Amino acid sequence: LSCKVLSSVVTPCYCFVSPQIRVKPDNTGVVTDGVKHSMNPFCEIAVEEAVKLKEKKLIKEVVAVSCGPQQSQETIRTALAMGADRGIHVDVSGKDYENLGPLQVSKILAALAKQEDAQLILLGKQAIDDDCNQTGQMTAALLDWPQGTFASEVSLEGDKINLVREIDGGLEHIKINTPAVITADLRLNTPRYATLPNIMKAKKKKIVTVKPADLGVDVTSRLEVLKVEEPPQRQAGMKVETVEDLVVKLKEAGRV
Amino acid sequence: MLFSKPRLRAGLQFSWRESFKQLSRPWGACQAGWRSTSSRSVPDVASHHPAEVVSSFPPLQTYTEEEGMMREAVKKYAQERIFPLVSQMDENSQMDKEVIKSLFEQGLMGIEIDPEYGGTGSSFFSSILVIEELAKVDPSVAVLCDIQNTLINTLFVKLGTPAQKEKYLNRLSTDMIGSFCLSEAESGSDAFALKTRAEKHKDYYVINGSKMWISNAEHAGVFLVMANVDLSAGYRGITCFIVDRDTEGLEIGKKENKLGLRASSTCPLNFDNVKVPEKNILGEIGHGYKYAIGMLNEGRIGIAAQMLGLAQGCFDHTVPYTRQRVQFGKRIFDFQGMQHQIAHVATQIEAARLLTYNAARLKEAGRTFIKEACMAKYFSAEVATLTTSKCIEWMGGVGFTKDYPIEKYYRDCKIGTIYEGTTNIQLSTMAKFIDKEYNV
Repeated sequence: LSCKVLSSVVTPCYCFVSPQIRVKPDNTGVVTDGVKHSMNPFCEIAVEEAVKLKEKKLIKEVVAVSCGPQQSQETIRTALAMGADRGIHVDVSGKDYENLGPLQVSKILAALAKQEDAQLILLGKQAIDDDCNQTGQMTAALLDWPQGTFASEVSLEGDKINLVREIDGGLEHIKINTPAVITADLRLNTPRYATLPNIMKAKKKKIVTVKPADLGVDVTSRLEVLKVEEPPQRQAGMKVETVEDLVVKLKEAGRV
Repeated sequence: MLFSKPRLRAGLQFSWRESFKQLSRPWGACQAGWRSTSSRSVPDVASHHPAEVVSSFPPLQTYTEEEGMMREAVKKYAQERIFPLVSQMDENSQMDKEVIKSLFEQGLMGIEIDPEYGGTGSSFFSSILVIEELAKVDPSVAVLCDIQNTLINTLFVKLGTPAQKEKYLNRLSTDMIGSFCLSEAESGSDAFALKTRAEKHKDYYVINGSKMWISNAEHAGVFLVMANVDLSAGYRGITCFIVDRDTEGLEIGKKENKLGLRASSTCPLNFDNVKVPEKNILGEIGHGYKYAIGMLNEGRIGIAAQMLGLAQGCFDHTVPYTRQRVQFGKRIFDFQGMQHQIAHVATQIEAARLLTYNAARLKEAGRTFIKEACMAKYFSAEVATLTTSKCIEWMGGVGFTKDYPIEKYYRDCKIGTIYEGTTNIQLSTMAKFIDKEYNV
């Protein structure tokens, strides 16, 4: 497979520590001030897979892409320190960034894939802050490319890709043509640490900034968030002495 | 006794990690499968507020992007690869070989060495940040890294001939540990009174004597030995010799059974007619005393960073506990007495951090830094002692048990006031500078 470019998407996501999640007073979302951004764990796995393929000399170049404000560049640098060759930062900030969802990101990726003449797009299966699990699939649809999602094993065979997917029933083995979109699942690999020498080398690698408009993509959202609420507080349970009591209580609560 | 041991043990056989899953750990939620990046101590100002006004006098806690990335990388690595082994390494007084190997793999052993010799090619401040991050998890691992970077590597880089650099720098950054041999049984603070002698014969020297308290000796492949070529010349005879581990006559004694920093090997060395070729002299004959002082001036900033990381690490383990533990109907953190103590310690740690970072930046800027380095090392060691002692008190009974890591920090901190220049030596050195400053 003489891959010209391999695109890997690195999603900067909010890494929350559970006790700290709070809904904003105006119910429009979750408080994100002061919460640290870091690379989405599944995207780390995707970057690792891309770098591995390059080390095996199966692909030529790994390009790390991130959509977001200025801080996204840090996430790209981490990908560069892991072994990606160059980065593209799609600058989306402010209100546009708050409303940025899988559909817009897919459009951006599709445009970039065409521009860069990519043969393979590797992403994480979902972001751990919104858990959408849509970007990979939408990107494939927009490009009319085959998709291999929830990949736990990837191998290239000529100009086809053998994939093992983790599905509810077990493992599914498929073979897809290239160009293709693959989304990484947890067991695909164990991402390497960015060693200090690689962090130094990453400084010299280029990151190019573009705007969605440059790619002909309109990032207006088709979705409007009406309200964000905390889940209902867990109520105390009650104890019953006998099975008969249990049935009575269930009937009272309208459950049977 | 403060607590009743049987009650504590009944059905609750904790290991550190188990006990921390019980408490709300900062990284508890991110434990399952993902690699956590939640950062607890110094907030990375630069990344949170991109719109900040760029000042020509940035605060001391400002890092270049490279320094920030290194810190994050080491933090992750230390938490995942070192933390699980800390307790057992301390118990067995043995540094795990995997830890040593991974330190080299991560590029942490040759931080300032040029990439042409396999090093990372980064700065002194990066070394300081690395040492601090490692010390938060295990001060023994931090000292291994500190000695290699601030003493051994620096000596070779500054004084090595091209041939010596060629032979040693590559190995020092990839797989070989070095030891610095100055102290002896009869000469600690009075370092220049060392008695190990080197007699010249044609084109080689014969070294006889013994050294004591040599860190890293168990695993070191090369030893930088300070020996005197002419005892009648006093300290002006002290010369630095490069001695390979397998040299005949070099005997590495049994490691000390220490109170703290137990995973770091500390051994006596014996030199019995050890032949060392002339080309193994590092720098110039009779200048060894200068090199020793010079390197120790820099090394003490590294120790300051180690003590700082130790204090911060201990503090980070303790505060969550005080926020969870409830007595008399409220969190113990909410008692004013506790709040005042905690705030006081936090202030001391912050002050130690500023002294350490400033000393490091002064050195990088090529300005005089010796007094500031002494202050940083002296203060950080004192702060580590205060912090660890207080943390045990705040944890109560559990702080006194080995099931929690607090008592290890308490034991580890004591050496900070002793090695690489005792507190009294630091104070005397500072006083000399102060005396000169007022000499109008």
